[in-house]
Amino acid sequence: MAVALNANVSSTPAEATRDGFGKGLVELAEKNPRVVALSGDLNDSTRVDWLREKFPEKFVQAGIAEQNMVGMAAGLSLSGRVPFAATFGPFMLRAADHIRVSIAFSNLNVKLAATHCGLTTGEDGGNAQVLEDLAFFRALPNFTVIAPCDSLEAKKATIAAGEAAGPHYLRLGREKTPTITSEETPFKIGRAEIFRDGGDVAIIACGIMVGEALKAAESLARERKIEAEVINLHTIKPIDEKAIVAAARKCGCVVTAEEHQVHAGMGSAVAEVLGEKMPVPLRMVGVRDKFGTSGKGMELLKAYGLTAEKIAQAAEEVVKLKK
Amino acid sequence: MQKSAAADAAAIPGIASPSRNSAIPAQARPADAAAISKIANQLRISSIRMTTAANSGHPGGSLSSADAFATLYFGGVLAHDPANPSWEGRDRFILSNGHICPVWYSALGKAGYFPESELATFRQLGSRLQGHPQKGTLPSIEVSTGSLGQGFCVAAGLALGLKMDGKASKVFVSLGDGEVEEGCVWEAAMASSHYKLENLIAFVDRNGLQQNGPTEKVMGIEPLADKWRAFGWNAIEADGHDARQILGAFNRAKTAAGGRPTVIIFKTVMGKGVPFMENDHQWHGKALPKEKAEEAVRILEKGA
Repeated sequence: MAVALNANVSSTPAEATRDGFGKGLVELAEKNPRVVALSGDLNDSTRVDWLREKFPEKFVQAGIAEQNMVGMAAGLSLSGRVPFAATFGPFMLRAADHIRVSIAFSNLNVKLAATHCGLTTGEDGGNAQVLEDLAFFRALPNFTVIAPCDSLEAKKATIAAGEAAGPHYLRLGREKTPTITSEETPFKIGRAEIFRDGGDVAIIACGIMVGEALKAAESLARERKIEAEVINLHTIKPIDEKAIVAAARKCGCVVTAEEHQVHAGMGSAVAEVLGEKMPVPLRMVGVRDKFGTSGKGMELLKAYGLTAEKIAQAAEEVVKLKK
Repeated sequence: MQKSAAADAAAIPGIASPSRNSAIPAQARPADAAAISKIANQLRISSIRMTTAANSGHPGGSLSSADAFATLYFGGVLAHDPANPSWEGRDRFILSNGHICPVWYSALGKAGYFPESELATFRQLGSRLQGHPQKGTLPSIEVSTGSLGQGFCVAAGLALGLKMDGKASKVFVSLGDGEVEEGCVWEAAMASSHYKLENLIAFVDRNGLQQNGPTEKVMGIEPLADKWRAFGWNAIEADGHDARQILGAFNRAKTAAGGRPTVIIFKTVMGKGVPFMENDHQWHGKALPKEKAEEAVRILEKGA
């Protein structure tokens, strides 16, 4: 059964998932005095500033040195703190081996928040639009990997990550997008939620593509009489196998949608589950082995085929492949 | 071992004056310089035996660092309690040059953290004594290391956290000389002086050799002490095989004030104590064959 969503999306101000992170961080710090945040000279853009302004003693400026920022976060966790290290997604990957050895291999209680992930980073261009981070993080043992669908969910995810033990990666974006969830929408790490009921095709999405998936489902129902079930797979790791298998069994075919390379991203994670547990026809919407380029965020989603229209088209194709 | 409660120069807001929150446990009387040198040779013998039994590992740096480890653990430098490894008031130690863990494991075994018989399991399947230190195996391992430079960054963060909490505990971190070629070492060095981490004490095993040869041929790191000073550190240079000098350097580092972290550069000899290993970089990452190991142990036993 689909969970309750925001009934007034059009009248709710659009916000970026990084905004939800900033709000969640402040709320968490109000509850837990051990929370501390680090940033690599990107206090304002990552919204860590919202914490710094309220609790300057809970903020550590790491400068433009991501390897050391991540290492210091590991060290701060050893002193019993709950560190959140924030930077832009592509720069987080500069610290890849520190993340692997100092945090994942040591299984430390460190939270990494990557803002400015995906094509919607926009004008800064291909270097700045990380499309490969999920591939890295979901391959790391001990890591929990979360890509929230809107600002409100990002806030909930930030609080949940701060309250859970172990390494967590939060994938966040710069672009303002509609707030599709409400305070009542449930969020639990590791549990996928059905955002729309349907029985003809399951559309599994994460991040801001969940909103596009909902739009696709509406147009499929309206124009093609195809009822799509939309699943928000916010937690890519540990993956909710049960929800994926149940959706595949019910609908008989699956479309995935993500703002990431289709190789080794969320869609691949779903494909791994389906391949082993419930093989059904599958189409993956995402970036296909290309780097990004300069442009406006929404223009880029269109240029790279990450839109409701393309998701609907993939759904139509995959429905035809059902036995 | 009495800790000074002198007020810290606050680099960041919210810093209380340092405290340990619990009494320092009674420890065996610190060894004197002659006894430290004997223990160092025992650690060397153990390191040779471990690496030869495993037919792999890094004996060269283990031998060059043995005096520093003997001094740290048995000379009354490190506040620690083998009966309570997670004692909150302990000084922290991180082996950033994780590959020389044979000498560290040997010191930990000798100090009573685990049965010394376990040293024979080094690098074997199921052993707590992993090829490089892995958190969650032995209780003394604060963080997994082995990827060079990383342990040093973690040590900086740990020192910062302890300082923010007003704790008196020091953070000791061991680095190899080749290790300072890693860029993140200098990121952490910069941050440590920026945050005035006088509770952070790094020591570098300056044996002059790395995997591919002399450091100055592979990638010149001199003038090393000046580099650290330029990064805002106190730099002390000492003979890393003279227990008196090592003790003196550690004690100076522990009482350092003025908001500067301290690095001690120990001038050492790779393979120290075994003439046919000394200053030969092939023993950086290669175990001695059995007969050679037996010969090395015979030589070292004379000094143990």
